[in-house]
Amino acid sequence: MQEQEGAALPPRPATPLDGGGEPVSPGPGAPPARPAARRRGGHPLARFLVRRILMAVLLAWGITLVTFVLTNLVPGDPVAANLGQRALGDPAIVAQWRADHGLDKPLWEQYLLHLQGLTHGDLGTSQQSHRPVSEDLAEFVPATLELAGAAILVSLVLGVAFGVVAALRRDRLPDHLLRVLSLIGISVPTFWLALVAFYVFFYRLQITPGSGRVDPALGAAPGVTGLQTVDALLAGRWDIFVSAAGHLITPALVLALYTIGLLTRFTRSAVLEVLGQDYVRAARAKGLPGRVILFRYVLRSALVPIITVAGLAFGSLLSGTVLVEAIFAWPGVGQYAYKSATTLDLPAVMGVGLVVGIVYLVINLIVDVLYGIIDPRVRLQ
Amino acid sequence: MTLDITGLKVTIGGKEILRGVDLSLEAGRVHGLAGESGSGKTMTGLAVLGLLPHGARVSGGISLGGRDLLALSPKELNQVRGGEVAMVFQDPATSLHPMLTIGRQLTEHMRHHLRLGKAEAKARAVDLLTKVRIPGAEEAYGRFPHQFSGGMRQRIAIAVALACSPKVLIADEPTTALDVTVQAGVLRLLRGLCDELGLAVLLVTHDLGVMSAVADEVSVMKDGLVVETGPRARVLREPSHPYTRALLDSLPDHQEPAQDGTGRDEPGEGER
Ligand SMILES: Nc1ncnc2c1ncn2[C@@H]1O[C@H](COP(=O)(O)OP(=O)(O)OP(=O)(O)O)[C@@H](O)[C@H]1O
Ligand SMILES: [Mg+2]
Repeated sequence: MQEQEGAALPPRPATPLDGGGEPVSPGPGAPPARPAARRRGGHPLARFLVRRILMAVLLAWGITLVTFVLTNLVPGDPVAANLGQRALGDPAIVAQWRADHGLDKPLWEQYLLHLQGLTHGDLGTSQQSHRPVSEDLAEFVPATLELAGAAILVSLVLGVAFGVVAALRRDRLPDHLLRVLSLIGISVPTFWLALVAFYVFFYRLQITPGSGRVDPALGAAPGVTGLQTVDALLAGRWDIFVSAAGHLITPALVLALYTIGLLTRFTRSAVLEVLGQDYVRAARAKGLPGRVILFRYVLRSALVPIITVAGLAFGSLLSGTVLVEAIFAWPGVGQYAYKSATTLDLPAVMGVGLVVGIVYLVINLIVDVLYGIIDPRVRLQ
Repeated sequence: MTLDITGLKVTIGGKEILRGVDLSLEAGRVHGLAGESGSGKTMTGLAVLGLLPHGARVSGGISLGGRDLLALSPKELNQVRGGEVAMVFQDPATSLHPMLTIGRQLTEHMRHHLRLGKAEAKARAVDLLTKVRIPGAEEAYGRFPHQFSGGMRQRIAIAVALACSPKVLIADEPTTALDVTVQAGVLRLLRGLCDELGLAVLLVTHDLGVMSAVADEVSVMKDGLVVETGPRARVLREPSHPYTRALLDSLPDHQEPAQDGTGRDEPGEGER
């Protein structure tokens, strides 16, 4: 930790001020202050990634346990919810139904069976649709991901851009306008906005298509990702893409407005804070052009809090999809979750819980990895 | 090249921060600027680079080799910043960007001002790191600020400031945030670079010990005015202004600084 001092300057005559002798002179070749990330094999970023992914796998297992336990703790009798009045009166039928659905076994055995099924992608059979839960999810989850993904993408682009503009034009007209916009975005309830948007754009102005994901006359694009817009592009079906994007835009914007408002405010304060940092002033003192300072020095630092908020906002956005899907008749997992919860369709509820849990996990993983990419202090520790 | 500041006035929000500052820096000379906290030392330095806080109003003259810096367009001013006048800030822990490599922060403005290619800029950066005596300059190039100690970071900040061969270096309390044991090394480095490169250095400090060790000329500020200026030996030995006298009397050991009065002193233990 020693500084290498006074090695190269020509010697000067000592004066009374020197107080005799050099204060610090460990001699040439003193080691650098702190050794950089010790190489334990592999790129630091790669090691950081592996650590995070192992952690995510562990958490995924935790999610299976939590969804299972919570689902089985609900006070409610799935038998009563699924069998008719007459069948309920017959103990033999009830016992048979319980045995069919594995409900007669002890809880821990049920969990092990559940885990075993999971390893084969078997989530059980929905008691309502009488289809494997995995098939149901494969149908509904991509629709929701497309909606939520489009919304978060729009929010990130607009929210960050608005926030930067507001910060750079602080206390001037653009800042005031954006403050009003973000306030509206944050305070207007999503379901109300969804109703108004549906009424105005579809019913009154008739400029947006109504319910669903794509014009049924066109049929759906061959499923690769399950995301209509992406599949249409992959298949080169321009007509389907336009129709799918048209169906997507209103619900996605409705869903995004809250997040846009949130990100605008956070970006604004994050950028303002970074603008006041010493290293930004130092960058100005170097005579770098404004855009280099903005993109390389300011945004880079501001991205850390922005990403944190965006990750959290994605959660609220997912819960917002339940209502938006209902209003725009968007065939997503929100509607499926609602139906299976109200009918105590336990395998379906567990399946939805698992998927939502994993989506959160992936979002967190992405956020963590982005931290590591942006900030060397995170990945080099 | 000389930097002449004449009658510099700065007002922020109706408050007069500088009330007519006169200072003159010459090539190859270290000009020490002392004064109590809030007397306007930092503002004087920032005014030269046009980096005053928002809403500051400036009048007076700042001339660099005959060119009026206050009359420059933003674009011309950006050429001066870093290219002709560079600045080192007080706290090296915060004046380097924590997420960018040392190399990046050293070469970016070089490539911009001097239009160097990537390889040339890198070679020059490694040279500079060696010059400010960072051990293992080649490796240091790819590291991040948090991997260096405070003294090393300040040396790196000095290398960044010198990257485009400026004529004038403004060092705003470059050693205040450093451990006493490393202050001397940084000061000696500054003194050496000043002699070697013929830099005009403005060394801001409120430490008269530092001042007596490295400065050729000394100016003392109080309440936005320069109250005393002159060769170090005279100012520190025969202060004419009562405020300078009070400053000298308040030195902890109340020593008589700079007894020989001729030539420059080695920045020895004047690092308290
Ligand atoms: N952003 C600002 N807006 C308004 N006034 C400011 C601002 N920054 C500093 N000042 C004022 O300017 C005056 C001079 O400050 P300056 O930082 O130049 O002092 P200094 O001599 O460098 O002091 P120190 O030794 O503490 O660094 C102080 O009175 C301070 O209150
Ligand atoms: Mg200051």
